[in-house]
Amino acid sequence: MTTTPQPPRITDIGPPAYDKFLPPIVKKNYGLWKYHENVAPGVLCHVAESGDKLYTVRAASPRILAVQTIRKFCALADKYCGGYLRFTSRNNVEFLLTDPANIAPLKADLGKLGFPVGGTNNSISNIVHTQGWVHCHSAATDASGLVKSVMDALCDRFTQENLPAKLRIAVACCLNMCGAVHCSDIAILGVHRVPPKIQHALLSKSCEVPTLIASCPTGAIRPATVDGKNSVEVIPEQCMYCGNCYTVCPAMTMNDPEHDGLSIWVGGKVSNARSQPKFTKLAIPYLPNNPPRWPEVVKAVTTIVDVYAKHARKYERMGEWIERVGWPKFFQLTGFEFTRYHIDDFKHAGLSYARSAQIRY
Amino acid sequence: MAESKNGNGKPKTELLDELEKGPWPSFVKEIKSACAGSDSPKDLLGQLELSYQEKKGHWKHGGLVGVLGYGGGVIGRYSDVPEQFPKVAHFHTIRVNQPAGWFYTSEALRTVCDIWEKRGSGLTNMHGSTGDLVLLGTTTDQLEPAFQELARAGFDLGGSGSDMRTPSCCVGMARCEWACYDTMKICYDLTMDYQDELHRPAFPYKFKIKAAGCPNDCVASIARADLSIIGTWKDDIQQDDAEVAKYAAAGVNIQRDVCGLCPTRCMEWDGKKLTISNAECTRCMHCINVMPKALRPGKERGAAILIGSKAPIVQGALLSSVLVPFIPAAELMETIKELLSRLWEFWDEYGKARERIGELIQRIGMPAFLDGIGLEPAPEMVSAPRDNPFIFFQPAQGGDK
Repeated sequence: MTTTPQPPRITDIGPPAYDKFLPPIVKKNYGLWKYHENVAPGVLCHVAESGDKLYTVRAASPRILAVQTIRKFCALADKYCGGYLRFTSRNNVEFLLTDPANIAPLKADLGKLGFPVGGTNNSISNIVHTQGWVHCHSAATDASGLVKSVMDALCDRFTQENLPAKLRIAVACCLNMCGAVHCSDIAILGVHRVPPKIQHALLSKSCEVPTLIASCPTGAIRPATVDGKNSVEVIPEQCMYCGNCYTVCPAMTMNDPEHDGLSIWVGGKVSNARSQPKFTKLAIPYLPNNPPRWPEVVKAVTTIVDVYAKHARKYERMGEWIERVGWPKFFQLTGFEFTRYHIDDFKHAGLSYARSAQIRY
Repeated sequence: MAESKNGNGKPKTELLDELEKGPWPSFVKEIKSACAGSDSPKDLLGQLELSYQEKKGHWKHGGLVGVLGYGGGVIGRYSDVPEQFPKVAHFHTIRVNQPAGWFYTSEALRTVCDIWEKRGSGLTNMHGSTGDLVLLGTTTDQLEPAFQELARAGFDLGGSGSDMRTPSCCVGMARCEWACYDTMKICYDLTMDYQDELHRPAFPYKFKIKAAGCPNDCVASIARADLSIIGTWKDDIQQDDAEVAKYAAAGVNIQRDVCGLCPTRCMEWDGKKLTISNAECTRCMHCINVMPKALRPGKERGAAILIGSKAPIVQGALLSSVLVPFIPAAELMETIKELLSRLWEFWDEYGKARERIGELIQRIGMPAFLDGIGLEPAPEMVSAPRDNPFIFFQPAQGGDK
């Protein structure tokens, strides 16, 4: 008997070498860049010690890309950049050019394809976001639809650099925060607001009760016998709906169309420039989940952006501006209601209480 | 209803169609484009429309799927309405380890596209939150062939589950004058040295490494990495007085916008000359960001190592904190590897299941953690010494101390 020889199986080869896909001008000037200048919104010029100039054109992307669109980006890379392209940490696509004469035609081609150029310096760059209903099991909302709705309203802030400083928005569709919204200027976060609904029949089959109990950060889950089978119960007043139990046990259903929604957070940053990195803080505890356009969320975010643009000083990030003028002013200017939910009552809560008589009136 | 079809057999997507309008690129258009090369995007649209109608996700809790010999790299995903949308009954994600700095050639990308159109939905994320090239949606039987075709094209899978997640880095020396060490090389070398830790989950929980070339931290390493490598420098800021004067002449208000915003007030401008008291500088990058032609990071470059950041689940969000204040660039790789071996050994021994290293440090305290990994305490590690007197003095050893 003969068998078809199988090709040898390949594993553990790792990613392509870090310098494999670098354009020649980058290889030549690797580590030898001297300074950069801003040519136009979405266009940067990096100058090397050698005098070489590298022009970057940055365009928006919805992050979900079909292979058909990637091939269109590839065609532009072939036409203008010798077949090289890259993506950014905020999911923009970048074309690296050596001939400045190619900037205008490339921008025109990107415009025809529907990809705005921008996202540099004092603009709103692309929104970092999560999978949402498109591909995640724990999503309280959709991420791509929120991003599309918010950026449709703020597209001019992407294509122009007219804000006091850079402004970074992130969307996460549940508290797992795959989009790391906890350090953005503005964050949109999907939230659950009722305890998990326990599917006891499924639980006894598919979950380990001790692991499940240990997963709860507040100790709200305790063992219980239901219909003669091992299960758990949730102490409702101890649950803050984080969904961690659902991650370890699919029988702890969190999705609840009636109560799920969005919260809005502000003032975080990761950069060390001027002030230290900081977490986002709660601006609005709950807005309704209202697809396909989430008008309440779009209105809240544009309100924050407009108030910030009008009142912050040059170079001041959102959180730096709010710290200077004070949180009472932020709530006054935005018109957002300050509620009991804004005052921390989790671990180390006292650290955020105002512990001085320095009060603005 | 979402399952009703138009005359042409396409799902009716009235709510999603709304998201094709407007100036921002539309993900709905992308999913519709992918319908040309694969069957599953049509059912993905149908199921997503149902989610939009009901305000509820329709993916079941992920199942265990993968490729032979790896425990990570594939995320199982199943529809909870498979009868309605059979083409997405199985719709698993493959994480492909991205090239450092997300650089590609059109040839390499087209190869990935061709494989994915044949083996999956033709839909991608460029890129996932951790950095991987994410291939969205395929069936269990396609995982192994897709993996091997990708491998023959020079690509391998990324991390998932309780393993070392795919390391990522900023663009670094490839295009940035502020890179204080070679972020792309370190990222690649670490990825290659820890292939086993990446592909075969054996940790208490996930472990993320991010390499940022300077304190601007364009990869958010201080917020999103268990081990944050942040480039910085030790000597003086490189200063070109002629270029400073040019910025002033061009309208930059150096007193207000540079000196006035310096967090340590370590610079003075007398209208002609900028004087920097470098010993007081914290390397925040603000002045350099404002005047990149005039000011540059110093020449004695390297990185600070910070540890422990994470998103809120389980015990609350953390930012990374200083573990090693400075490592010269030339010693970075060797020192990080030595550090990682100690960190992982300690975490392996004392970390609870699903406890990130930052949460372990919170639970046992940084002093015990430093003892455990054999690192001396340093004042750079704290914003201030403790302000409470509840000190756990250690029993005196070898008589009175």
